[in-house]
Amino acid sequence: MERKRTPLWELHKQHGARLIDFGGWDLPIAYPAGTIKEHKAVREAVGLFDVSHMGEVYLRGDRVREAIEQLTTNAVAAAPPGKAVYTLLCRPSGGVVDDCIFYKRSDTEFFVVVNASNTAKDLEWFREHTHGLCDVEDASEATALIAVQGPKAVALVDQLAGGKLAGLASFTFTDAEIAGVACVAARTGYTGEDGFELACANADAPALWTALTDHLPPGGLPIGLAARDTLRLEARLPLYGNDLDDDHTPLEAGLGWAVKLDREFLGARALREQKQHGLARQLVGFKIADEARAIARHGYAVVDRSLGRGEAAVIGSVTSGGPGICVGGAIGLAYVPAACATPGTQLLIDCRGKDTPATVVSGKFYKRTQP
Amino acid sequence: MTSFPSDLRYTHDHEWLRAAGSAWRVGITQFAVDQLGDITLVDLPREGDLVTKGQRFGTIESVKSVSDLYAPVSGKVTAVNASLKDAPEQVNSEPYGGGWMIELEPTEKSEIDELLAPDAYTAHVAAQ
Repeated sequence: MERKRTPLWELHKQHGARLIDFGGWDLPIAYPAGTIKEHKAVREAVGLFDVSHMGEVYLRGDRVREAIEQLTTNAVAAAPPGKAVYTLLCRPSGGVVDDCIFYKRSDTEFFVVVNASNTAKDLEWFREHTHGLCDVEDASEATALIAVQGPKAVALVDQLAGGKLAGLASFTFTDAEIAGVACVAARTGYTGEDGFELACANADAPALWTALTDHLPPGGLPIGLAARDTLRLEARLPLYGNDLDDDHTPLEAGLGWAVKLDREFLGARALREQKQHGLARQLVGFKIADEARAIARHGYAVVDRSLGRGEAAVIGSVTSGGPGICVGGAIGLAYVPAACATPGTQLLIDCRGKDTPATVVSGKFYKRTQP
Repeated sequence: MTSFPSDLRYTHDHEWLRAAGSAWRVGITQFAVDQLGDITLVDLPREGDLVTKGQRFGTIESVKSVSDLYAPVSGKVTAVNASLKDAPEQVNSEPYGGGWMIELEPTEKSEIDELLAPDAYTAHVAAQ
């Protein structure tokens, strides 16, 4: 099957990007600088990401808030206009359909950015569970999304927006003109750095991207998917399909802060019960012992050798893992029994047949020093 | 199209070999490096270890994936590039130079003769 292309595909080719099949999209895994330099560019300067493969949905109508109240674990419907809210969509079981950001434009209009791989599923979910209370419009095919992230990101975008965007608060958004392109500019991101995510019409995306690359400060780079993953992992931001899925709840994933159980919504009952009974398993961050010289990757088993060999010894599973490019060593996330979730607990991970020691660590692996 | 050094021999697994006295130095090709992306860790055998043609002798972790290194010929490991432990990025920057991995003393001379010549390897890569 022909891979889908974003409106920036030609420009990626010109930048010399290595393109791979990512869920049916032909996207840059890395540019010539390479993943490690790209990762550091975002931590030290600024990086540009083409995330146009992500899905965009508009929910509109007089009763849209009622519909959304039922769908979201976080208090999205009640947010003030101009606010961006991270939320989970849950099944009645508490399992996660997707994690996404709702942008409240007004009491009758919400803009939602969803994971690329879940776009079709989410649209179906929205249509089924809004019960005709609002219109569901898929804008994915017409909308491009560019993320600008890093300590120099705000100055770069602000300069192209006539100085109107630097004051925009975190997790808020506004309509803006950037380099002459009409955008929705949101102070959000997926890297652990400050910055913006800019949504615009497909036809305008090359002009916006080119303006951004033309004004890139020293150290700035375009960033591929590989660095996007290492950046989000260092910042302990979950990835749907790895750390979140239908079989785990947001509470198990440590996302209780985005679950407001004083309301009724799909999954609320199951989540309340889970909270009351206590969690049997939890998503934890871990660091591999330096001397082990290994990386634990998605799907590797967490084992307890007092239980024997083979399947009997498996007590958990690694959901994400990779090199900690700015924090050093190898880091990752894993679901483990609650008894093993305390920071400092020693885990054993079966890395391709080699039992590898790791330590449970609390909080983000990387936290930026600037506000 | 990448061109491959004419003084080396190659394997279908994208390794190269260069004669170094009676031993053969082993590394991975530019094509392999391009596929792997940034390399973060190289796990190699010890000097004196015996390896068997086609069997795993080490692993390479890149940012995104882990790959096995297969012995291009059977033999004894006579040298290991210890500098890769702290500087695995040499494999990216100089795959045919500082990024070499091990030296092997082959047990079967005939296995060397079976390695690919540069033009055969170039054709192999073109077919990928």
